[in-house]
Order: sequence, then structure tokens, then C-alpha cells
Amino acid sequence: MLTIYLLILLPLAGFLINGLLGTKLSKGLSGIIGSATILGSFLISCMYFFGLVGGAAPTEVKVFDWISFGNIHINFGILIDQLSALWLMVVTGIGFLIHIYSTGYMHDDEGFQRFFAYLNLFIFFMLLLVLGNNFVVMFIGWEGVGLCSYLLIGFWYKNQDYNNAAKKAFVMNRIGDLGFLIGMFILLYNFHTLDFNGLKAAVADGANHHIIFWATLFLFIGACGKSAQIPLYTWLPDAMAGPTPVSALIHAATMVTAGIFMICRANFLFTLAPETLHIIAIVGAATALFAATIGVMQNDIKKVLAYSTVSQLGLMFMALGFGAYTSGAFHVVTHAFFKACLFLGSGSVIHAMGGEQDIRRMGGLKKWMPITFGTFLLATLAISGVPGLSGFFSKDEILAHAYEHNKVLWVVASFASLLTAYYMFRLVFLTFFGSFRGTHDQEHHLHESPLSITIPLIVLAILSVFGGFLGLPAVFSQTHWLSHFLAPVIPAVTEGEGGEAASQELMLMGIATVLAFAAIAWAYVRFVSKRTLPAEEGQLSGPAAVVYNKYYVDELYNVAVVKPLLAMSEWGYSVLDKIVVDGVVVWSGRLSLATGKQLRQIQSGNIGFYLLAMVLGIVGIFIYVLTYLQ
Amino acid sequence: MLLLVILFLPLVAALAVYLSGNKLAAKVALVAAVAEFGISLVALQHLAHSQFEGLSYTHAWIANPNINFSIACDGLSLLLVLLATFLVPVIILSSFGTEQANARSLYALILLMQFAMIGVFISTDGLLFYIFWELALIPIYFIALLWGQGKDKAFIQTATFKFFVYTLIGSLFMLVAFIFLYTKAGSLSLQSLYGLSLSPMEQLCVALAFFFAFAVKIPVFPFHTWQADTYTEAPTVGTMLLSGIMLKMGLYGLLRWLLPVAPQGVLTLTPYLIVLSVIGVVYGSILAIQQKNIKRLLAYSSFAHVGLIAAGIFSLTNEGLQGAVVQMLAHGVNVVGAFFAGEVILRRTGTLEINQLGGIRSIAPRFATAFIIIVLASVALPTTNAFIGEFLLLFGVFEYNTWLSIVAGLTIILGAVYMLKMYQYVMLGEKRATVSAFPDLTASELAVFAILIAAIFVCGVYPKPIMEIAQPALSEILKHTLG
Repeated sequence: MLTIYLLILLPLAGFLINGLLGTKLSKGLSGIIGSATILGSFLISCMYFFGLVGGAAPTEVKVFDWISFGNIHINFGILIDQLSALWLMVVTGIGFLIHIYSTGYMHDDEGFQRFFAYLNLFIFFMLLLVLGNNFVVMFIGWEGVGLCSYLLIGFWYKNQDYNNAAKKAFVMNRIGDLGFLIGMFILLYNFHTLDFNGLKAAVADGANHHIIFWATLFLFIGACGKSAQIPLYTWLPDAMAGPTPVSALIHAATMVTAGIFMICRANFLFTLAPETLHIIAIVGAATALFAATIGVMQNDIKKVLAYSTVSQLGLMFMALGFGAYTSGAFHVVTHAFFKACLFLGSGSVIHAMGGEQDIRRMGGLKKWMPITFGTFLLATLAISGVPGLSGFFSKDEILAHAYEHNKVLWVVASFASLLTAYYMFRLVFLTFFGSFRGTHDQEHHLHESPLSITIPLIVLAILSVFGGFLGLPAVFSQTHWLSHFLAPVIPAVTEGEGGEAASQELMLMGIATVLAFAAIAWAYVRFVSKRTLPAEEGQLSGPAAVVYNKYYVDELYNVAVVKPLLAMSEWGYSVLDKIVVDGVVVWSGRLSLATGKQLRQIQSGNIGFYLLAMVLGIVGIFIYVLTYLQ
Repeated sequence: MLLLVILFLPLVAALAVYLSGNKLAAKVALVAAVAEFGISLVALQHLAHSQFEGLSYTHAWIANPNINFSIACDGLSLLLVLLATFLVPVIILSSFGTEQANARSLYALILLMQFAMIGVFISTDGLLFYIFWELALIPIYFIALLWGQGKDKAFIQTATFKFFVYTLIGSLFMLVAFIFLYTKAGSLSLQSLYGLSLSPMEQLCVALAFFFAFAVKIPVFPFHTWQADTYTEAPTVGTMLLSGIMLKMGLYGLLRWLLPVAPQGVLTLTPYLIVLSVIGVVYGSILAIQQKNIKRLLAYSSFAHVGLIAAGIFSLTNEGLQGAVVQMLAHGVNVVGAFFAGEVILRRTGTLEINQLGGIRSIAPRFATAFIIIVLASVALPTTNAFIGEFLLLFGVFEYNTWLSIVAGLTIILGAVYMLKMYQYVMLGEKRATVSAFPDLTASELAVFAILIAAIFVCGVYPKPIMEIAQPALSEILKHTLG
């Protein structure tokens, strides 16, 4: 019991100390408090995780009755089972590394303490999201991490562009959250509970298909908002306005995977709704490809990674759509390793470049930054699906499921993976190879980052390499450890085992590997051998310009939604409300009262007098009554 | 006896404040208001332990017509009384540190208004209810008129006059309804009215008449056009009294007097009333987005929020009613906090125009933190009080009709749009010339925010006691309404 409270409350304590004391704390102390609280949570997470690995039973604790009356009973309840323990490890483990990294990265920022306060608060809400034993507690965390995302995207609040990005993220998430709410309402209305175990029991002996379809569809809308899927993805690239550790922690490794977590958590519902799963698979595959094509054309180091994240999340959703929840979760874990490593590496680069983020102004950095380069390269190899590394195994699993379920989506996803290998190596070659293309000042300033930054990079690079052993495919190993571990929460998918399946799997791996190497070679030829540089602004035309400008989706949303809303607001106030509504009500009021005209002619001074007389009179009556009563 | 003390203490205090003179008025008023809050907590203690003696009082008042001075307090009434007794000292404290012209009259009027509003919440006789209802209007009329903030005095007069006429016409309908009910029941006590059986047509007329009276006060679309001007022009204490407590009189009226007295009429009208309420939610939210004045923006935001409360009530579900109660309290706290944030800005910069402000956060971090918490509570972030309210209200509306709840649910998106936009342009960005000297919160200002923020989180994290207190009263109302 106590350990569960500690697990959750340590980050909250860190938030309160850093938030309330603020600059009264020295930066060193603030960083230590911020990091130590997360380390504490990580150690407790390890305890539960390895306990569950060793076969311990899940822990469920009801902390208190939260909303309780009539037929509604929603507990504030905590559930630590295999699924939440897995996420706990990712959230607190990577969270801790990124806190360490931030002590170096944010060292010269005047808002240092505030940054750690927000980061701690984020971990607190993320823990609630993961640990809730019902949808409503999950929703607290869900909206709470959205708040932290808002606060951290707009961390440098003097810049209104950043504030716009923060607001956009919050509002688009809220659109998804409305879907989440409606999904919850459907479940609560029909099953009178939002507890995961309660719902599981309620649908165990069959449920109305129609209800489950709509409930899961609305929940998926929520997931689309949080996990940046079409059509609600446009906030995530803008969210790169936040400091780089934030991009790594919130907008790559943890928060944006919340949608996948939610669907894994409610897998017993989604499995009953094949139509929803079908939609999820299509949306996921479409997002994976769409975002990957945009990634190919971006020149901002963080924007490339952002679109890459959207694309990878798409792959995970596609896996969920095939009912391969474990594969989705597996890719969440490996992606957390290599994408966090990539973002932190990009932060190291940006740091060395004095804030420059345009890869056209970089080049040759491996000479100055060997550790950053080495770790970045390993993570890139992992995300590109080079055999033996973590991304290879998790991606291969997803592609195998795609091949089995839907050949079209398999082609789409394979193409997205090919593009991924291409744009990632484009990024590596332009950044670290060739000769330096920045200013003399920048070149003079180039340096490898301090230990607080390089150590997390090294740890994450190691995880990116070996993380795949969590789930070795059937061809190489008897048991898929992760799906075995998660089996109590996510029933294993029955797969066609046997020699034929194994040879098919090997063939698919072969295809994926060939594609990845081809893409890498292609990037090498273009950006290392031929030393091609991406075009400058305004030099693009035709389809290239459309892709470069992200298919003008932001512009489309602006014209179709934002502008009309603002116009409606203006017009609604100045015309509809002030003239029409007010006019009609006042006019009909006057008409219905025979005394209307006279009322208008009464001067307010006179009214004041009458009122005074009235109030005195009424008070007089009361005094009279009171004395009479005695 | 306890209830009589709760009712009359503010009246006595109003007199004491008036006699204590301008210098002492604010302090005397604060002491009295805090004492009043303490006594209402005693009443809460009694109710929680099911000790009902002292919580009702009846005295024959006028023999013919048969009118009694009868007051009583169930969970619903008590929660609203608590809202009033909690907010009034906070509102008085919020005015500390500013020079008020003719202070003794101002604070006496505030307490007089508290007296009348408490009367509204505990009256169990129709005529008594009506008297308190009208009485509450008078102090706020003077507060708005005489201490108004606008520079254009003529406009203040127009605005307050409109407000006055609007609500007066609304309550005339109520008076007519009460006279009619009296001729039918021979009494205006709640018990006799609840037991009355009227024909469907009669019920419809009574329901309409009550609805008009309450709809103006709440306000429900399209009876809201008095609101924005009045909120903007009134002094902030007046705006807080109006939005924090007084508009709950209308919502309370729906629950206590409309639903159970004319249930058939309500059931007939529900489809229209709930749609009107939901229109208000979306309409108010959209109009708030482009407002240029902080108080006017908050006025439209408040209009949207109370629309959702009304919709929850008209859903006629237990969840909708519980949501309404929780949200009445939450909205009271949050809207007072929001208007106070506006007041803090006005005191330091002399303006509430959003496009003249900006960059306050960089020089007043404490205020920025307090303000963002109020903003987040207004947008119903989980762990704040308003989340519980909105969750239950939207669920209540959902039980009535799925599509309507999706439309009403737009408030959680649009609310984020206008509140964050306002916060962004007022608080964030580079510092503007108007805010060059912006001292951070004073001790009394900090105390006001601290109290409100504590209330926000306590009710958001542990709302169960509120629901437990309200449930018996709500069950009773639903029983009378739905049969």
C-alpha cells in the first residue's frame, strides 16, 4: 500500500517542492529533487515489475470513493498489472534518464526550477493514466498530461508562436477528449461501471455489438487526439516548440503512446468490435505513410523526428487494428528507446549549434561530437529496421501481422518503413557527414556535450540495440517473452504456427531488410556521394512543394474551421446578439406589456427613489414581523 | 433557531456595518461574514448527523391570505446557503486594499443582499420566496448603478436599467403563477404545492411562468442580453455577487419550485428547454472567443456554463441534478476567481481590454500561477471542481439524448479555446507598456486566491460529501417530478 502511494506521490512532491519554492532553490538542488523523486518511482516500479515477472499477482487498490451516489460509483482505484507495470518501467525509466539529461540541457535557463516542476507533474499524471483501474482515473491522467504538454510546449512563454503551438496542442487534444468522454458515457450508461475489471466481466458473456462499436469508436477518437493520428495529428509537429527533453519524453516516448495504452487496456472491448479495429488499422496505416512522406522533405532536425514519431505511432495503431495488441505495445517500448535517444541526440546537436535546428546549416558534426554521433547512429539503425536491433524485431512483428491480415496495408506499411530508413539516414548524413555548413562562430563553438547529456544517450543507445530481445520472433526463440508476460491482460493471438509460417516470416524479414538497406544506400548516394543539399525555401515547385508544405493541412484546417469559428464569434456578438436577439426579446417584452412605453419614459432617478422606498418598506415589514414575533 | 440566526445575522450585520462608518465598514463586514460562514458550518454538522431540529422554522404570518413565515433547510438548500456564506466573505476580502466611496453603504448592501439570497434558498412558502427574490434585486441594482466601473455613466444607467426591467418582468410572471397557485391550493407552502394536482394545461402555464422568471436570472438563451453589459459595467464585487451566487437563485428555483410543482408541464416542455439551454452553451462559448474585454468574455463564458447546468437539470436524471448541484458550487467559486483575476489586472493597469495587455506573467509569477489555476478550473480539468460537475452534467444530458450531449460537449473544446486565448494575450508574450509596473499579489489578494484554489481542489478531489448531502433532497425532487 505505502509503496503504491510513494510511487505516485513522489513525483507530485517533487512538483510541489519545485513549484512552490521555485527560484529559492538552487538549480543543483532543484535538479536533484526533480530527478531523485523520479528515481524513487523508478525503483518502486522495478519492484512491482520484477515481482510480476516472477509470477506475483497484480495489485488492485481502492484509494477512496470518488464519485458516488445513486447508481454511479466511481472509485479512485489503482491497478498494477503486467500492462501497467510495463508502461511504468518506460515512463519512470526513460523519465529518469530525461530528468538527468535536463539538468545539463536546461542548465542555463532562468526557468530551470519551473521546468523540473512541470516535468515532475507530468510524470505524476502519466502514472495516474497508467495506473487507473477505471476509465475516469485514466482520464484524469490523460487530461493532466495534456496540461503538462501545454505548459511545456509553451515553456518559453514570451514567444507567442510557441504559445500558439501550446494552445493548439491543448485544443486538439480536447477534441479527442470529447470523444473519450462520449465513449465513457456509452459504457457507463450501458454497463453502469467504468472499472476495467467490471467492464470485462460485463462483456464476458456477450454484449450488444452496436454499443461496443460506438463506444470503441469514440474511445479511438480520444486516442487519435492524444497519439496524433489523422485527422488530429497536426499539433504534434508544432509541439516541437518546447524544449528538446520535453519532445523526447512527452512527445515521443510516453504521452503520445497513451492512446495505444488505452486501447491495449480496453482490448477486451476492441476485440468485440472488428469494424472499429478495421478503422484503426486503416487510420494507422494511412498516418504512417502520410507522415513518413512529409518527414522526407523536412529540414528542421526536430520536425523530421516529429513526423517520424507520428508515422511510427501510425504503425503501432495499425498493429492494434489487427488485434495484435502486444505487437503494438512492443513497438511502443522499442520506439521509446530509440526515439528518446534520437530526440536527446538532436538536443545535444542543437545545443552545440547554439540553437540552430536546420540540417542544411549543419554537416560533419561527427568529428566534434563522437558520442552524440555514435548513439544517434545506433538509434537510427534501430528505427530503420536493421536486423538484430530493437526496431527490427518490433517492426517486423507488425509487418508480419499486416501481411497476414491485409496485403494492401502491408505494402503501405512497408513503404512507410522504407521511407523511414531513407529520411532517417538523410538526417544522419546531412547532420554528421560531409563538411560543416554553418557560420564560423558556430564552428568555433562546436563541442561534445557534458556527461549529464551523454550518459542518458549511451544508456538509451544500448537499449535501442538490445531492446528487441523482449520479444524475439518465433523463428529464433520458443517463446515471445513480452506476449507471454502480457498474456494475463492481453490474451495471446492465435497464430498459424508451423514450418510454413516460419518460412513466411523469414521471407518477410528478408524483404524488410532489403528495403531498409536499399533506402540507406539511396540516402548515402544522394547525401554523401553526391553531396546533394535540400532545396532552399521557395525553390520547390509542384508535388515537392506540396509535400514540403505538409500537404497544406494546417492551411486547410485554418480555412475550414478556425476562420469560420472566429467569424461566427465576431458576427454572432456584434449582429446576432446585440441586434437580433436583444432586439427580439426587448421588443416582444415591450409588446406584451401595455406599460412598455411608460416604462421607457421613467427616468432612472425616479426608479431609484421608488426602489429606496420599496427596500425600506420591506425591511420595515420584517422588523415589524420580528418584533411582533417576540 | 439556528436557521433563523443564519438568515438574520447578515441583516443585523448590514445595520451594524452601516452604523460603524466608512473606515471600519469593510472590517466589520468581513468579521460578520466569517461568523456567518462559521454558523452555517454548524448547520452542516447538524445536517450531516441527521439532527434536523433547528433547521426549519414556521410561524403563522398572515392569517388571510394564508401565508406563513416558513423556512427550512435540506441538503440542497444548505449547500447553496454554504455557497453564499463562503463566497460573501471572500468577496468582501477581495475588495480590501481599494478605496471605496461611501464604503458603509456598499458593504451594508452586500450583506443585505446575502440576507435576501439566503432567504431565497431556505424559504418554503411561495410568497416569502417571492419577497426574498425581489429583495435580492435591490441591493445589486444600487451596487451596479452607484459603484459601476464603466467610464460612461449613461451607459451604466442603461445597462443596469435593462437588467432591472428584465428581471422585474421575469418575476412578474412568477408572481402571477403564485397567485394562481394560491387560488388552487389555498396555501403557498411547498408541501401543499407539491401535493397539488393541476390539469395539464394549468401545469403548462405555471411551468412557463416559472421558467420565464428563472430563465432571466440564470440566464437561459435568449434571455441573456442583459448579462454581458451588467457584468462588464458593475463593480467587480457586484459582478461576483451576481455571477457567483445570485444566478444560482434561478437554477435553485428550477429545482425547488419548477420541477416538483408543475411536473407535467415540465415534462411537456423539457425537449424545448433542454435545447434552449444547450444552444446557450454553444452560443455563449462561440461568442466568448472574440471578446475584447476580459469581463465581457467571462460573462459569455459564465452564460455558457450555466446553460449546461440548466441542461443537466432539464435532463431530469439523478446524474444531471447531482451535476447541477456540484457545478453550481464549482461555478460560483471559479467565476468569482476569474472576475477577481480581472479585478487584479484592472487595479494595476486601469484596463480590461485584452489587446492592451500582455506579458504580465514575466513580472507577476504568483498572480500568473493563481490565474492559470482558475483558468484550468474553468475549463474543467480533472482534479478541479468543475470536472466533476461537467462530467455528471454531460452524462445527464447524454442519458437524455446522445447527440445533444455531443453538442453540449463542445463546451470542453470551445472553453479551452477562449480561456487559453485570453490567458495567452493577457498574461503571456512580451511585456506591454501598460503592464510596465505590475506588482505581484498583495497579502489579501493572495489570501483570496488561496482560499478559492483550496476550494477548487478539495471539491475536485473529494466531492463525495457534497453528493451525499444533496442526494436525499434530489431524490425527493425527482420523486415529485417523475412520479
